[in-house]
Amino acid sequence: MYVYDEYDQKMVDERVAQYRDQTNRFLAGKLPAEEFQHLRLRNGLYIQRLAPMLRIAVPYGLMSSRQLRKLAYITRHFDRGYAHLTTRQNVQLNWPLLEEVPDILEELASVEMHAIQSSGNCIRNVTSDQYAGVAQDEIEDSRPWAEIIRQWSTFHPEFNWLPRKFKIAVSSATQDRAAVQVHDIGVRILNNDGVTRFEILAGGGLGRTPVIAPVIRQNLEPKHLLTYLEAILRVYNRYGRRDNKYKARIKILVRAMTPAVFAEKVDAEWQTLKDGVGTLTDTEISRVKGHFTIPPYETLDDHVPEIDDRIADNSGFSNWLKQNVKPHKQAGYAIVNLALKQTGIPPGDITDKQLETVADLADEFSFGEARVTHEQNLTLADVPKRSLFSLWQALVSAELATPNLGLLTDIICCPGGDYCSLANAKSIPVAEAIQRQFDDLDSLHVLGDLDLNISGCMNACGHHHVGNIGILGVDKKGKEFYQVSIGGSGFEDASLAKILGPSFARNEIPDVIQKLVNVHLDKREGAERFLDTYRRIGIDPYKQAVYTS
Amino acid sequence: MNQLIIDLEITTDVTGPLATLAEFLAADQKPSAVLIDSDEDIESIKEFAATLSVIALNFPSFLDGRAYSSANLLRREYGYKGELRAVGDIRIDQLEQMARCGFNAFQLADGQNIEQGLERLQGFSFSYQPAFNREPLFRARAS
Ligand code: HEM
Ligand code: SF4
Repeated sequence: MYVYDEYDQKMVDERVAQYRDQTNRFLAGKLPAEEFQHLRLRNGLYIQRLAPMLRIAVPYGLMSSRQLRKLAYITRHFDRGYAHLTTRQNVQLNWPLLEEVPDILEELASVEMHAIQSSGNCIRNVTSDQYAGVAQDEIEDSRPWAEIIRQWSTFHPEFNWLPRKFKIAVSSATQDRAAVQVHDIGVRILNNDGVTRFEILAGGGLGRTPVIAPVIRQNLEPKHLLTYLEAILRVYNRYGRRDNKYKARIKILVRAMTPAVFAEKVDAEWQTLKDGVGTLTDTEISRVKGHFTIPPYETLDDHVPEIDDRIADNSGFSNWLKQNVKPHKQAGYAIVNLALKQTGIPPGDITDKQLETVADLADEFSFGEARVTHEQNLTLADVPKRSLFSLWQALVSAELATPNLGLLTDIICCPGGDYCSLANAKSIPVAEAIQRQFDDLDSLHVLGDLDLNISGCMNACGHHHVGNIGILGVDKKGKEFYQVSIGGSGFEDASLAKILGPSFARNEIPDVIQKLVNVHLDKREGAERFLDTYRRIGIDPYKQAVYTS
Repeated sequence: MNQLIIDLEITTDVTGPLATLAEFLAADQKPSAVLIDSDEDIESIKEFAATLSVIALNFPSFLDGRAYSSANLLRREYGYKGELRAVGDIRIDQLEQMARCGFNAFQLADGQNIEQGLERLQGFSFSYQPAFNREPLFRARAS
């Protein structure tokens, strides 16, 4: 993974000092709250319903065991012993003290971590494919490019006070696991006749107005990546709306200008930057790529006979293997997912002890690294197949082996009304009620892949628009209600979910989901996915089942 | 007393008054100092950039980031060499960013401490991205 040099380290150290100074001035009454608010946001600190909330940046979700241990320490000493993984591959603390945040940042800086630009109207943490570097369908490792973007966007002097927040994602595989089509900028790495080229999407996003991003540039040479991004950001910074925060995202600008005109404007700006000082050098590209080399894999047989024996006499192991373990590009290795979706625990929450266990297991089985996924799970990307059984046993003891990856109960869920002051409704208890309703693993497996996403309000932090089933908290005369939609996807076949009809009370939700699932089981052809059945038969049968019985 | 930071010094020796953009564009005899608001089109002075000696860019609110891009265009693309002054809601925590976009003069908002502003103006030791008079860090790293 990327390792800081003296320059990177100095930048985060200077940031800690700067933020400490800002906090001290605020506490001494010398920095007005309305100004400090924006300064702290640029460092990931929200003030929420019950406490501040600190969002720690995890660039493209990648962490070393040393960093995981530091997070465990931080949650224990500065928080309540657990952390929360977010849909943008970051980590959140729910109970830090504002006064102690500078100390937390200093701890983070000691392991090459920070909270820089993890909120606020600036370029946020860049995300990528959690299987980068190990996926069978990958064209090129996306992490070096994500790292190059991370550095470029860090403390960008011109783009720190944008009309609205700005999110960039990079993907490089046939399957899009980075949701590039619902980001402000999506970068797709392609291989055109043997050479790397980028396709750039702009103006996607969720929130109140969900939009699937159009492609605005094809066939971009890698060395031009940063100048092209700069051109997009400059056009957005100059022309994006600032009069209404709900219309301030780049998606609104692209739509208002039309993608073609927007692309022309960007191109005109880019012509003034192209081949200038911002153009990437071969030296820089190879320097960064040099941090993402292939780990020292052993030469192994891809077939491991012991696994077959274990499968035969252990259904727990075999379910987990089937659902949570994915093929690896290196023979004899596998990608292992730790689903943090145990019933009764808020989706994405992980305790200090579990963080330490993951660190130990990463050291033992996966070259000391782990990744946060945008589905709020963790991945150990490089596990030798012959170790799968021992790893599984260790995960079972740590309660990290829930075999529901990609299934209905692997719910993406925002903090909702339990923590968030913008919420219309709670979301965590809804996730739990659904998990309780669908507690039979075998039927979940029969049901197959199904993304269920929950947001507590239309800001859509829980990605409800791109869930196969999406649940949105709404407020009806001061009461919590839930709107259900179906047919969304956040992957390469991206689509926005359609609203089923009038909203439901919270206690009705598990039953509604059951009815939707029943329609699917009834109408599906063969092992068809929920999404495909829906796309084939349309929304009506689902409506009928839910509203007319 | 009107104090500014200009080229890393606190001074009261300030050029003024400034013409508004409308006045500037309408004038037959072009003034040498102009004030441009954040919603005004910086491109309209492109052709005069070489003859101006003071351009002040207004920040109506510290949250309005448009003038950073105007500064970039003036310095990088229009070749503007004169004084580039940040005026309006200028807070000391943002001076460093302004300087990296090409501002060299700062008229702080009321209540801001100018000495503290001067201290914070230097900011980060490096710039990852191209900035005014600075190559991006990756070029420095290589050399
Ligand atoms: C509890 C504090 C939080 C607050 C106040 C908050 C606020 C917001 C707001 C206002 C938006 C809409 C922005 C817009 O459309 O312009 C948004 C979007 C989003 N948030 Fe949050 N959020 C919070 C927590 C989270 C968490 C914990 C996650 C991850 C689990 C998250 C992930 C996202 C994502 C993915 C989006 C959608 C991005 C898009 O609109 O394109 N947020 N958030
Ligand atoms: S979706 Fe709404 S309720 Fe959920 S975290 Fe975002 S802002 Fe809060």
